[in-house]
Amino acid sequence: MALSASTLKVGDTHTDVLVDNLTRTQIVQYAGVSGDYNPLHSDEVYATQAAGYPSVFAHGMLTMGITGKLLTDWVGDGRLTKFGVRFSTQVWPGDTLTGTATIAAIREEAGQWFADLTVETVNHDGKAVVSGTATARLDA
Amino acid sequence: MTIECFPVEAGHIMMFARAIGDPNPVYSDPSCAAAQALGGVIAPPTFVVGGSQFDDEVAVRPKIGQPWFGSGRTPSGFNRESAGILHAEQHFEYHRPLLAGEVLTTVFREGERWEKTNRSGGILKFEESVTEYRVKATGELVVTARMIKVMPPKPAGAAESKEA
Repeated sequence: MALSASTLKVGDTHTDVLVDNLTRTQIVQYAGVSGDYNPLHSDEVYATQAAGYPSVFAHGMLTMGITGKLLTDWVGDGRLTKFGVRFSTQVWPGDTLTGTATIAAIREEAGQWFADLTVETVNHDGKAVVSGTATARLDA
Repeated sequence: MTIECFPVEAGHIMMFARAIGDPNPVYSDPSCAAAQALGGVIAPPTFVVGGSQFDDEVAVRPKIGQPWFGSGRTPSGFNRESAGILHAEQHFEYHRPLLAGEVLTTVFREGERWEKTNRSGGILKFEESVTEYRVKATGELVVTARMIKVMPPKPAGAAESKEA
């Protein structure tokens, strides 16, 4: 499953639709398991009438978690050594998110090969919702 | 902020993987080839945030017997002084894969603080914090998490609200 330094090139990309039509129920699932029960994410009455948002919206960490799947699907299980993102736009129920990871560098350090990646997830309007970087161990 | 005991439970990992829409059996089936190769079911990359379930101080989980700011009879349980703090960035460093069955503890420290001026002249205040997830019994470092929060000049703009 893991990527190999000998076959990978800088500029190689992996892209996937990560969620199609995000549901409020999936946001509730994430609230329940993550322990972030902020009603902005799960309570439409609070979010709209008390907080003044158009609806509930996803936890940034849900979007990061979904983006993590893009990476692990490509680089393999237990291969990430770093993963970081910046949150740029809210994710709303009904959103469709597409992620793209790109190989930025391939390098060897003390006999171990690594790939540095950039990663960006965009909504159906093409607007970035998270963007960041990751590093993964490669096979030789 | 500090979690004394964070048991990394297989069922918690399975439900976390479901919530992020990841059917990978390495998060649920200890007999699958990938789990066998890694020594068991592993946690997805962002799983350690679920450690907040074991944090007694977390503000975004209802506490038994205490008022809650979400809706009930009225749209809000109480007039919470929302700080309007947004989650700006999140970074993880993985020292090795995290396995189901491990028991972690955390070490928390405040990081840097800085300010930026936005295009309309408002001051944004940034705060960094670092949480180390360590094996409780040995102190071995497994995951380092770095969070950057931002307090915008006005509440609730276009980014993730984080009121932790």
